[in-house]
Amino acid sequence: MTEISNVQRPFLEVSDLAVQFPTEDGIVHAVDGVSFSIERGQTLAIVGESGSGKSVTAQAVMGLINKRNADVSGQAIFDGEDLVAMSDEGLRKLRGSKMAMIFQDPMSSLHPFYRIGDQLTEAVNAHHKVSKADARERAIEMLHKVGIPLPAKRFDDYPHQFSGGMRQRVMIAMALINSPSLLIADEPTTALDVTVQAQIIELISQLQQEFDTAVILITHDLGIVAEVADEVAVMYGARIVERGSVDDIFYHPQMPYTLGLLASVPRLNEVRSDRLDPIPGNPPSPIRLPAGCVFNPRCAHQDQVADDLCRTVRPALQNVGPAHQVRCHLPATERQAAADLTLSLLGRPGR
Amino acid sequence: MNESKEPVLRVTDLRTYFPVRSKGLFPKTIGQVKAVDGVSFMVHPGQTLGLVGESGCGKSTTGRSVLRLVEPTSGHIEFDGVDVTNLSHKEMVPIRRKAAMIFQDPYNALNPRHTVGAIISAPFSVQGVTPPGGVRKAVKELMERVGLNPEHYNRYPAEFSGGQRQRIGIARAVALRPRFIVCDEPVSALDVSIQAQVINLLRDLQDEFGIAYLFVAHDLAVVRQISHQVAVMYLGHVMELATREDLYARPLHPYTHALLSAIPIPDPRAQKQREHIMLSGDLPSPAAPPSGCVFHTRCFQAQDICAVEKPEPTEFEPGHQVACHFPIEEFLGTKEIIGPDPGLTPRLGADGSPTGEYEGSNDLIRELGTDYGAGPNTPIDPGPAIWR
Repeated sequence: MTEISNVQRPFLEVSDLAVQFPTEDGIVHAVDGVSFSIERGQTLAIVGESGSGKSVTAQAVMGLINKRNADVSGQAIFDGEDLVAMSDEGLRKLRGSKMAMIFQDPMSSLHPFYRIGDQLTEAVNAHHKVSKADARERAIEMLHKVGIPLPAKRFDDYPHQFSGGMRQRVMIAMALINSPSLLIADEPTTALDVTVQAQIIELISQLQQEFDTAVILITHDLGIVAEVADEVAVMYGARIVERGSVDDIFYHPQMPYTLGLLASVPRLNEVRSDRLDPIPGNPPSPIRLPAGCVFNPRCAHQDQVADDLCRTVRPALQNVGPAHQVRCHLPATERQAAADLTLSLLGRPGR
Repeated sequence: MNESKEPVLRVTDLRTYFPVRSKGLFPKTIGQVKAVDGVSFMVHPGQTLGLVGESGCGKSTTGRSVLRLVEPTSGHIEFDGVDVTNLSHKEMVPIRRKAAMIFQDPYNALNPRHTVGAIISAPFSVQGVTPPGGVRKAVKELMERVGLNPEHYNRYPAEFSGGQRQRIGIARAVALRPRFIVCDEPVSALDVSIQAQVINLLRDLQDEFGIAYLFVAHDLAVVRQISHQVAVMYLGHVMELATREDLYARPLHPYTHALLSAIPIPDPRAQKQREHIMLSGDLPSPAAPPSGCVFHTRCFQAQDICAVEKPEPTEFEPGHQVACHFPIEEFLGTKEIIGPDPGLTPRLGADGSPTGEYEGSNDLIRELGTDYGAGPNTPIDPGPAIWR
């Protein structure tokens, strides 16, 4: 691995990223001014519900958005280079070598007509001039690392001969075969059963430590976030509405949406009452994002804000802690009161 | 749980096998997928039985077999005391008035070319029921009851979000005020904030109309929220059946332990202190299930007998049934297994009771305090109990 050239800058710094898709019905604001950064060896979880823009954010960072169909703006500085402005050829050199992605559905992400060995060695050959034997050896070593039994034999199998969990392992092997320094995992375990999910999550963390990889994990599962994340960004309506360390988000949440999300998850470890506390209403359409705060139509606290600010003025991300930011108009005391109420419901001591 | 009341549904030794046919011009049956293989349970009026397990365990097939949407191979299904196992299609019609189903996928369960009004009124026309005040009025009341705008009577499913579509499916299911509904993964396609709304709605309808649910789901947290009793399935068998309180606080079956420990809980500090039971391997194929106990190939408790003899479901304590040769009773709340070691046998004290120690390596077992989810770093008083 080459050394990181730029020491002052974060390893990956995304600033003011926006993605818009023009459609017949209007412009879809899929990502709207998203900023975050991540260092090597760290895990950033991007949490949100479907349509919140978390996957499009990841695709934009990887340069997977077709710029003919979409309008991508902002910056994503990775190792000193801007991924948003980069040419397709430049991106192709980076993808699969310095940065890689794992997708949700391992069946549709592997080519059904090619042996997995061929797909793995292709990933090696695309970025390195190596002999066929060396590429094969590297692929088998990687299959072994992700825990596929008899890797030399399985090298010649087709994707349909693997179970869902095993296919996801092959995907991980393919993503990590060139030791990337940035890995984006988009709902890597959503299609898997819980006992297999536990194996895959464990595997990703192990390989992350081994290669000192920066991992961006996209998920809707707060349990997985609690298990693996260092930093968390909560997305809603194409924007990051709260960002902080995993402790900030779970023990000192501030944004009413984060509070609602935490309160609406049923618990494995306790039944608080027969009724859950859902967030009323439905998520916004990305074509017609509400003016002002995107969460205002569902927020219980907008009466506490003067001058109808929630419905008219878009709140900025403001600092509420050293690395903790929130996008909300509520005055600090009211925000804290709302947070304390939710935390007491969750049986967690607020502070 | 009210034992004195007759169960609304009694399932005895239900088996549903699917034939595996050879390819070619004249296919022959060359094997069987034993999707459901000897399952027995009861559902009581106004109560919920949760049916959990991983994909391929037979939970959905069980739900469908119970309503005869899939023909069971053998066994008995009694509905309100009537054996419906062998009733003809025609004879099933009056039964179907009292038993309904809610499907997983709110996108495919509704005919895209029918209006919401037509979809919800279908049960009335199929059963030839005319509610007082007319069908249209009844449908509008139903729409209002499940949280839909009655003015949307003439809209099509495509105009609704996933959560709203599931509400349409629920309105259709409760239209005839059934006594029993099979809910097949009703919330797993929904976002968490919407999922909570639908769970609450199902709960409210149960309280209001006294409906019993067979709630099929893979999410143990959702099942815990809504169920009175829970059955854990694995490869066509019920491994453990208990009240909600018992199953989550005092699981007995190694598979239940593994399943519970595999689910990360949304509380980082507690989650980092929990030890995991990591099951090796994947689910075996139900076409060629393992001999003896179907779980023995992945079980950390397994011994020689498990590969030979199939453990029968036995009542371990009143209302708590488990099918296992070596249920993990001795760990009740005090220990957790953190790795597979098939050779482990408990060391017994002088009076024959388990000492909590094990022959051979002790490395795999750790004292973890009195709370099930507690870990080695847990302080003496960890605050709110993690698992109860």
